[in-house]
Amino acid sequence: MSAAASASHEAATRLLLVDTRSDEIAEGETTALPGLLDPRDILVVNDAATLPASLSGFTARGEPVEIRLLEGPYQATTRALLFGRGDYHTRTELRDPPPVLAPGDSITVGTTALQICTVSSLSPRLVELHWPLELSARFVLLYRAGRPVQYSYVAEPLALWDVQTRFAARPWAVEMPSAARPLTGSLLLALAARGVEVATLTHAAGLSASGDPAVDAALPLPERYDIPLATVRRIEATRGRGGRVVAVGTSVVRALEDSAQRHGAVRAGVASAELILDQDTSPRVVSGLLTGIHVPGESHYKLLAAFTRAATLARAAALAEHRGYRTHEFGDAALFLPDLPARGARGLTHRAA
Amino acid sequence: MTWSDKTVLITGGSRGLGLALAHELGQRGARLALVAQHAGRLQEAAEQLRARDIRVEPIRADVGDKAAIHRIVGQAQAVLGPIDVLLHNASTLGPIPLASLLDTDCEDFTRVLEVNLVGPFRLSKALAAGMLVRGRGLIAHISSDAAIASYPDWGAYGVSKAALDHLSRQWAAELNNTPVRVLSIDPGEMNTDMHRDALPTADPSTLLAPQLVAERIVYILERAARYPSGARVLAAHAEEQAVQS
Repeated sequence: MSAAASASHEAATRLLLVDTRSDEIAEGETTALPGLLDPRDILVVNDAATLPASLSGFTARGEPVEIRLLEGPYQATTRALLFGRGDYHTRTELRDPPPVLAPGDSITVGTTALQICTVSSLSPRLVELHWPLELSARFVLLYRAGRPVQYSYVAEPLALWDVQTRFAARPWAVEMPSAARPLTGSLLLALAARGVEVATLTHAAGLSASGDPAVDAALPLPERYDIPLATVRRIEATRGRGGRVVAVGTSVVRALEDSAQRHGAVRAGVASAELILDQDTSPRVVSGLLTGIHVPGESHYKLLAAFTRAATLARAAALAEHRGYRTHEFGDAALFLPDLPARGARGLTHRAA
Repeated sequence: MTWSDKTVLITGGSRGLGLALAHELGQRGARLALVAQHAGRLQEAAEQLRARDIRVEPIRADVGDKAAIHRIVGQAQAVLGPIDVLLHNASTLGPIPLASLLDTDCEDFTRVLEVNLVGPFRLSKALAAGMLVRGRGLIAHISSDAAIASYPDWGAYGVSKAALDHLSRQWAAELNNTPVRVLSIDPGEMNTDMHRDALPTADPSTLLAPQLVAERIVYILERAARYPSGARVLAAHAEEQAVQS
């Protein structure tokens, strides 16, 4: 692990607690999670591993291009964002646009020419790329040439292991499903010992920023998810016994609620999440969520409004800012849930008025 | 236990016991991720298996290389799905001919530990919590009698295998009361390239065929719940060591 990532990993234990029923806000630590949950509850996590989704290449004219994949190369044609000269050290919104490229042009990565199929009318950054390789060879190339998508707030280059959750399995995500980062091995074992179930789904978490306001306004783009039958059954059992369904991360909320909205209840299988949650959404399945610290204006913040009264959410955001909670993907955590234990939860240090 | 719904990752899968295990598990329906260093042998192994309609993803990598770990698990799980069974079979003797500790270069000693011990730790670390949350998983380390007995000139290898056995016990202690099981399996002395490298003058007729040992190991894996997690199981005495349930 790089020094930068290591430092942020160690400090990432603060947990803002928002009781979405009583509107009480408190502070604690992520290690207190097992005590904040009840053995009737279930925690649903996104087990997607994070791909090395940033590739450096060159146009036929020799101009440098950074490709950030919007999805893993499971199909021969994948969506991607393009950036010009430079790298993650420059803030995304200040990055150079890509060289002018048209369908039929190619970007060479290593010795492989990826061909541009379409350029979006929304932005010249947003393209579809064709990989002239079989499935297996596409991943060989990606793992050889790619590195994690990274933003300027961490200066040191991130290694692939810096952006994996503990339980990462199929590499579907192009950005770390970072809400699960506080779930360390010992915390997973403590949850199991307390009898709190953990279930999985896989959600292809996409990029959080494109550097182009037109594209950013359209985020999150539709993202693929896969809900196993075992998870559907366990969620049903949890609801049957009056437990809470706690989503770990907005991607899990989006997958479960998208499925529930389509079918009336969560159904097993693969689909593409198109639902965008906001204050007008009434969640059908998810009781609350463990997530990062989100600020007004972000799509993640809007999603929180589906679970929390506006005034409470604003109060929580103000407290987080006042107390110096860190907002990025290696930052601190927040738990939005009804009926949090009033007291006795280890790690509670502060109760806001 | 059925294999047709399992994905198995085998390190050192291009020859010897690893390849024999791939054939045994593949013919029972398991999907296989085969990790090996030598591109030519790996390709040949994959073609052999595919000719028998076995689904295999060959991954060329060195398990002793830290940077290769997430590439291995990423490639395997992208193509085949989550890993259910992890067989740590790859190992190195270090430089041949084997040398006494007094004559072993420090770098060679370190390299043996990287491949035989640290690599398995890293791979398990990358996969075990996934097994935990999915509610199933089996990790097996291929050990050796050199883990128990101290033969002159087998120093680095023996130390690595002794530590590997303890790694099994350590994982088992920490994953106690979870659905993830860990075993060390001592295959016995086999007629393989590795054995020839170590003891070129040994009479091959006194050595076990890797195919036979692979069958026994599959027998153990299928009955993993009958062994205490963390146990060291001798392939030759698998039946006697099982706890009747």
